[in-house]
Amino acid sequence: MRLAIGLAASLFLLSVTAVAEISGAALDTTPAIPSNPIKNCRITDKPNDVGGALTLEWELVPSISAAGYAGEIAIYRSTAAEGPYELAATLPGNALRYEDSGLKDHVCYYYRLIYIEEGIESAAFEAGSGVAAGQWFHTGRIPILILMLLFSATAVFFIKRARSGYTFKVRPIAGINAVDEAIGRATEMGRPILYVPGLGTAADVATIAAFTILARVARKTAEYNTRVIVPNYDPVVMTVCQEVVREAYSAAGKPDLYDPKDVFYVTQDQFPYTAAVNGIILREKTATNFYMGMFYAESLVLAETGFVAGSIQIAGTDQLVQIPFFVCACDFVLMGEELYAASAYLSKEPQQLGTLKAQDWGKVTIAALIIIGTIFATFGWKSFAAWFNVG
Amino acid sequence: MNQQQMPSEGFWSRLINIDRRWIYLVIGIVVFIPILFPIGLPVQVTKEVQNVYDRIDSLKAGSIIMIPMEYDPATMAELQPMAYAILRHCFSKGIKVISTALQIEGVTIIKNDLELIAAEYGRKYGEDYVFLGYKPYPGIVILNMGEDFRKPFPRDYYGNLLDSLPMMAGVYNYSSCAMIVNINATSGVDYWINYAHTRYGAPLAIGVTAVMATDYYAFLSSNQIFGLIGGLKGAAEYEKLINHPGLAMRAMDVQSIAHSVIVIFIIVGNIAYFSSRKKKG
Amino acid sequence: MKREIPLLIVLVFGVFMAFQYFVPHRISSNIYQEFNNWTIIIGIFTMVIGIASLLSVHYSKIRFRKEGWGYSFVTIISLIGMAGLGLFGGMENDLFIHFYRFGLSPVTATMFALLAFFIASAAYRAFRARTVLSTLLLLAAVIVMLGRVPIGEIISGWLPEPLQLSKISEFLLYVPNTAAKRTIYIGVGLGVAAVSLKIILGIERTWLGGDGK
Repeated sequence: MRLAIGLAASLFLLSVTAVAEISGAALDTTPAIPSNPIKNCRITDKPNDVGGALTLEWELVPSISAAGYAGEIAIYRSTAAEGPYELAATLPGNALRYEDSGLKDHVCYYYRLIYIEEGIESAAFEAGSGVAAGQWFHTGRIPILILMLLFSATAVFFIKRARSGYTFKVRPIAGINAVDEAIGRATEMGRPILYVPGLGTAADVATIAAFTILARVARKTAEYNTRVIVPNYDPVVMTVCQEVVREAYSAAGKPDLYDPKDVFYVTQDQFPYTAAVNGIILREKTATNFYMGMFYAESLVLAETGFVAGSIQIAGTDQLVQIPFFVCACDFVLMGEELYAASAYLSKEPQQLGTLKAQDWGKVTIAALIIIGTIFATFGWKSFAAWFNVG
Repeated sequence: MNQQQMPSEGFWSRLINIDRRWIYLVIGIVVFIPILFPIGLPVQVTKEVQNVYDRIDSLKAGSIIMIPMEYDPATMAELQPMAYAILRHCFSKGIKVISTALQIEGVTIIKNDLELIAAEYGRKYGEDYVFLGYKPYPGIVILNMGEDFRKPFPRDYYGNLLDSLPMMAGVYNYSSCAMIVNINATSGVDYWINYAHTRYGAPLAIGVTAVMATDYYAFLSSNQIFGLIGGLKGAAEYEKLINHPGLAMRAMDVQSIAHSVIVIFIIVGNIAYFSSRKKKG
Repeated sequence: MKREIPLLIVLVFGVFMAFQYFVPHRISSNIYQEFNNWTIIIGIFTMVIGIASLLSVHYSKIRFRKEGWGYSFVTIISLIGMAGLGLFGGMENDLFIHFYRFGLSPVTATMFALLAFFIASAAYRAFRARTVLSTLLLLAAVIVMLGRVPIGEIISGWLPEPLQLSKISEFLLYVPNTAAKRTIYIGVGLGVAAVSLKIILGIERTWLGGDGK
């Protein structure tokens, strides 16, 4: 009898529990968040940075990924273990990493992570603490440092070799050889020369190369009594160009021929500048146009106008996209590094030519590294190539 | 025989040296006609545009994207449809947007574009989007924003302190943004690649003019950018993806016909060149 | 001394900036940003020199009634007018916005749009299949031009996928184009490094004016 009552009671209890579970399952739609959905959090100082940043990395229990990461992860931060904690960020439910920035260096920060789904919060996970600090050396940039030092050493070696009397063979560049001829033509025609130093700033290497070529052009125009017009896009570039032309006229022994109004500022707006230069080409009927420096969409507009006006045109730019346009409409084009090499070619100074040799060796080194990297990567060893991924 | 050859040789020579204004006229006509009578040519989506769409589409509402826009009246025709399409995608999904305009001539246009598309979706300033405006020297500004947006922009375009905007709470630099989609018609795009991505590790996609696009495939294959939207064609692809046909899709007719006509010019030019050379012996 | 002091400044700052790249610490970063700020300040002050130059050139044209002096008059009026509107009325000033929207915008957009006409004319003139290489260039240009627009799909959509214009164009852009661009980038990068080194070491001096001697 006791057994029967016991069985009946057990069955009743089981059935009640089962009904409760079934009804519970049917009625309770709140998500079942595991009590500790976040685990194994690592807090580290962000490497190779200015400071003020910590990196948090954690794992999520498998049930969260199985549920499709429907929730969010709230990250709380405090400067004391006991709090108070403030919300630092809310991340998507599948986030496994967070970079907390804007922190003070050498201050200990404590973190709590909470998984939230449909307003239900998991228990706070005490993630630990970390201290942010800036680094004095960027370890991710070691390959660049090595290559920089190697290149500089090679350049200095060749400069010294050149000074000791060694002569380097230099390939002729048609665009540079044509400079004198183009100036001569303008002189014969009695028309001015236009020199456009591009849209770059005085800090751009292409613009610095443009100064070098301008010095040569201005010296020649001074010798031939030909006018050179230099419209500028940047006022700093204008100041340097004025100085370059003035010095060139002085060096040619004709300082009185220099007119500062021929080297002038136009505007720092791309297409109004283009319109102004086009106007100069058509009104002044320039015999020769030089386009040296950085050019963008205006390159073809300028070069086509010069072509239509019948000018001889020599262009040089390191803007690869614009090179085809210049090739279409100009007589000679200095492509990329040829523009930079101009000063070495024009001056013929041995120490200048020495750096050209260093550039060649730089190319050989890079080509060798590419070949080695390709072979290693083909055989599955990608660490070599990965080493060059600089941060 | 010679008498028969002469007019023919003259024709080819004349064709080679045709007055360029005839070419301008033909281009003008072929650009104008499809605008009046649209054909509706189909647009095929490329993987570099699809990547941008997929990355944005995978974000949840409330995520933050940075969309710096650098175009001016000159390049507006090419890049504005792209900006509209991306902003529509973001605002329709409740994604928040931080924007800058680092090209002085375009500041007003970009401010208006942001306000226009935000209003379309009822998005509020300061809560759903923030416009930081302009500061000179883009390279330096981009570097400084990598540390903290407040360094170059303590206040937004409208003069509000960044800390007073609800959306900017806890948002310091690029690491607070899910990605950067830079719409850019200037060489400033290199700064975004070199500084925002390489130096600060921000995931970056770019939208550039068609002529610039060829320059950036190298960055796409090296994974320095995860997506590339090139010119009006790219914008048309994005319009197709968000199912919101606009100016770019309509312009595809114009671009198709204009490109075809240029190809015909090249063929005719070559026929004339070889014929005149053959005649000359 | 006129030459030595600038060369010394360039040497010190050049070496500092080169090594600053390898020091991410806040102190180094702050100095770097401070120098960048100097660049901005110097740039803004030189704008005054630029505007003075512009005014001087155009004033002289008007004064001596040189050819096209009327345009110079328009330039000066526009410069003073827009600057005045912006300074006294603010950037949101209706008149300022109207001049921008209905004056500057269409004019600059037209200038950019001219490219389409110039490209057509230049392509007609320059694309000639003279040699094997120029023929390859011409073919690549035609494929990319057609492959990047919907008409390419219509022309070649019926072909097997690898032969479709859009796919060949994609290949050309991703492979030969990228390879060529990277090669030129490497050359340009080394060229920049060489010129920078020459400037830092004082070998390249033309930026000082004249031939730098």
